Amino acid sequence: MSLGNVFNLTLLHQTIVQATPLLLTALGGVFSERSGTANIALEGIIMMGAFFGYAGTYYTGNPWFGIICAMAAGVVVSLIHAVVTATYKVDHIVSGIALNILCQGLTGYLLVVLFQSQGSAREFVAQLPTISIPFLKAIPVVGPVLDAVFSQGPLVYLAFILVIVSRFILDKTVFGLRFTSVGEAPQVADSLGVQVAPIQYAGVLISGLLAGAAGAQLTIGTMPRFVYLMSGGRGYIALAAVILGKWQPTGVMWSSLLFGFFFSLADNLQGTGFAIPNEIFLMLPFILTIIVVSGVIGHSEGPAHAGKPYVKEL
Amino acid sequence: MKNSKQTPYAVEMLQVVKRFSQVLAVDHADLQVKQGEVHAVIGENGAGKSTLMRLLYGFYTADSGTIRINGETVKMTDPGVAIAHGIGMVHQEFMLVPRLNALDNIILGQEPRKGLRVDRQKAREEITRLAGELGFQVDLQAEVRDLPVGVQQKIELLKVLYRGASILILDEPTAVLTPQEVDELFQMLRNLQKQGKTIILITHKLDEVMAIADRVTVMRRGKTVKTVPKDSTTSGELASLMVGRNVILDIKPPPVKPGERVLTVRNLSLQEPGSARVLVDGVSFEVREGEILGIAGVSGNGQSELAELLTGLTRPTSGEILIRGQEVTFGSVRRKRESGIAHIPEDRRNTGLVMALSVEDNLTIGHQDKPELSGKVLLKREAIGERSDRLIKMFDIRPPRRDVAAWHLSGGNQQKVIVARELDHDPQVLVANQPTRGLDVAAMEYVYHHLLEARNQGKAIVLISMELDEILTLSDRILVMYNGRIVGEFARKNADIEQIGLLMLQGREAG
Ligand SMILES: Nc1ncnc2c1ncn2[C@@H]1O[C@H](COP(=O)(O)OP(=O)(O)O)[C@@H](O)[C@H]1O
Ligand SMILES: [Mg+2]
Repeated sequence: MSLGNVFNLTLLHQTIVQATPLLLTALGGVFSERSGTANIALEGIIMMGAFFGYAGTYYTGNPWFGIICAMAAGVVVSLIHAVVTATYKVDHIVSGIALNILCQGLTGYLLVVLFQSQGSAREFVAQLPTISIPFLKAIPVVGPVLDAVFSQGPLVYLAFILVIVSRFILDKTVFGLRFTSVGEAPQVADSLGVQVAPIQYAGVLISGLLAGAAGAQLTIGTMPRFVYLMSGGRGYIALAAVILGKWQPTGVMWSSLLFGFFFSLADNLQGTGFAIPNEIFLMLPFILTIIVVSGVIGHSEGPAHAGKPYVKEL
Repeated sequence: MKNSKQTPYAVEMLQVVKRFSQVLAVDHADLQVKQGEVHAVIGENGAGKSTLMRLLYGFYTADSGTIRINGETVKMTDPGVAIAHGIGMVHQEFMLVPRLNALDNIILGQEPRKGLRVDRQKAREEITRLAGELGFQVDLQAEVRDLPVGVQQKIELLKVLYRGASILILDEPTAVLTPQEVDELFQMLRNLQKQGKTIILITHKLDEVMAIADRVTVMRRGKTVKTVPKDSTTSGELASLMVGRNVILDIKPPPVKPGERVLTVRNLSLQEPGSARVLVDGVSFEVREGEILGIAGVSGNGQSELAELLTGLTRPTSGEILIRGQEVTFGSVRRKRESGIAHIPEDRRNTGLVMALSVEDNLTIGHQDKPELSGKVLLKREAIGERSDRLIKMFDIRPPRRDVAAWHLSGGNQQKVIVARELDHDPQVLVANQPTRGLDVAAMEYVYHHLLEARNQGKAIVLISMELDEILTLSDRILVMYNGRIVGEFARKNADIEQIGLLMLQGREAG
């Protein structure tokens, strides 16, 4: 099989599909970090979103309800993170690790209790519909191509619309300015009568909401089943995407697409008999993550106070 | 008592108290500021000026006490409350978001809106107008971190005026400014006063008080000592009020006839690496056997650097250090210790001790190479244990156990560990930097006792302290340090508190 078969329309389509959960999570990460909270619990929140998206749909038959369940689960977990970090000033990483372990344990437990299974819930549930843009098909020549690429689920559209919305919020609104100031210098915001804790809560809860939705995209958006630990490190990769995207919504969109591209490249190469083993490509997103996080490339300054509890008096 | 016919005070703080976990920062302080005056609040570093102002601004909440603004009692729970009452504050450490531009910094918390958006256009017009009234321009698009401090301060001032403040607090605004900028600032403050604003100016520089204040309140150790109109006081009076004379301990060192010259320092200088700032500037002195040389000064005038030079933590740019005529100027810490210099560092918790290690280990550090405590490879744990027990007993370290970690000990006992370790070196010279900082009176007395005993045994001691009382109590001779230089020398019997105070605060004696 030739390489030409790998770089095709499916690859483009898949890139967008794979980028979506990363983008949703990374946008959440932007809100959390820009308001000063490091949230590595995003990994666990994706797991929870995936599970509750699946379970909600399973019990009601309605994938829209599944999305709501997924987001709610994300908000609950992130609320714990917010209480622990913003109110009780616990180290952000410690809280995040604890929550990841909790989510891992909880989804595994619920899987056994509700679906009598150790590894995966096998029953297929209803999936979110695919939205096609009507006039695309009508365009001569490229029409069918565009249609193939852009026929995507609602969460995909949501993710890309949120890029524009987030940009507007962060750059143009009062909320955005206060957000940024809390992440950069909470004592300054505090000294001007801006309440620091509510803003930190808002940032963390937004990240939980979006990472929950990202989890739903993995189950009811892509594959109508739940597999234990199916988040597969996407929470951490999304955080690398935040860094590579320089904490900006648009930047995060491009970095998520890049990671999505690597994921789908690995998928596409699977079973092609291509000279380089598929596993190498499967590793690519993670290698890039390590490189980004270690600051070798794409290094840039994050919010100055992100990841540090704001303690006013000793 | 408030009298309805009189104009009320702009600010009235009565019996205000604020305790942080470690220190009582403000101790039943009173402050009354008249409308339209420039009121200076002065006091040494750590006197509680910033904390008092932050209480007035609602950044901290007072433990007890009353705050009235224009006669109205206000619960200052939050800066938002203070801002709503027309109070604005320029903080000692600027409160600016370095990566936001000047405009966003000024409007933060008080953003003009147009629908969902911040109306930056409107803000820009308004701020440009305000800046024009004050007679300057700032580049509102520039990120604050790229701007010089002088400009940052103007942004802080604009921030306060943009919020329509009528009571302005400026916490040590001149500390970061060049003399020309200070003149400019004072001109601006006078204009603001003409517009009817009330100004509270924090400083520890007496010239500035004399230049601009109408009335002055002096703070010392968290208390407001006195409020006087500027015209009925002198720099000298203010200086002695600031540095004060609280006889805490009644100690009279017995006269000792100083012996041979032990430590000689000649023309010692230290330039800050990568800048033209001279931190220690041509310092020369001698210390003899059985003598305590006190170095007085307001903190940040080069005393810490001097201690680091003497003990080998930093290397001088030029000059000489000699122990009994032997040159040790550039010696490492180890070499200096070997030649007989011991050190009680000012920062007990970071430099003095390894907080996580046991009392025993902390007593042993620095002695670990002595043949009686260590073989070629292994430590002689038994001998170390015996020595530790002996020192714990001798210095009355409590609890009397060698296995507890240093951070379990009270500040006083931590200091005893350091003193025990350093004196067990049987040093020729002891450099004691702020040896009683943060200690209670009992622990303080204990440290004094050991310092005096070492002196009586013929050791040469350099005592650096911000507490003039401490210097006056213990020293046989006193040097005053100002801006890195020695600006005065006094024998114990001629030590005059007013003279020393003036030298500490302005580097010269004349008011
Ligand atoms: N946020 C804080 N937490 C704990 N201690 C503090 C805090 N701020 C000030 N202090 C302590 O309170 C005392 C008074 O400090 P401060 O008000 O800054 O004095 P000044 O402004 O007169 O130099 C000092 O001992 C200082 O260490
Ligand atoms: Mg201060």
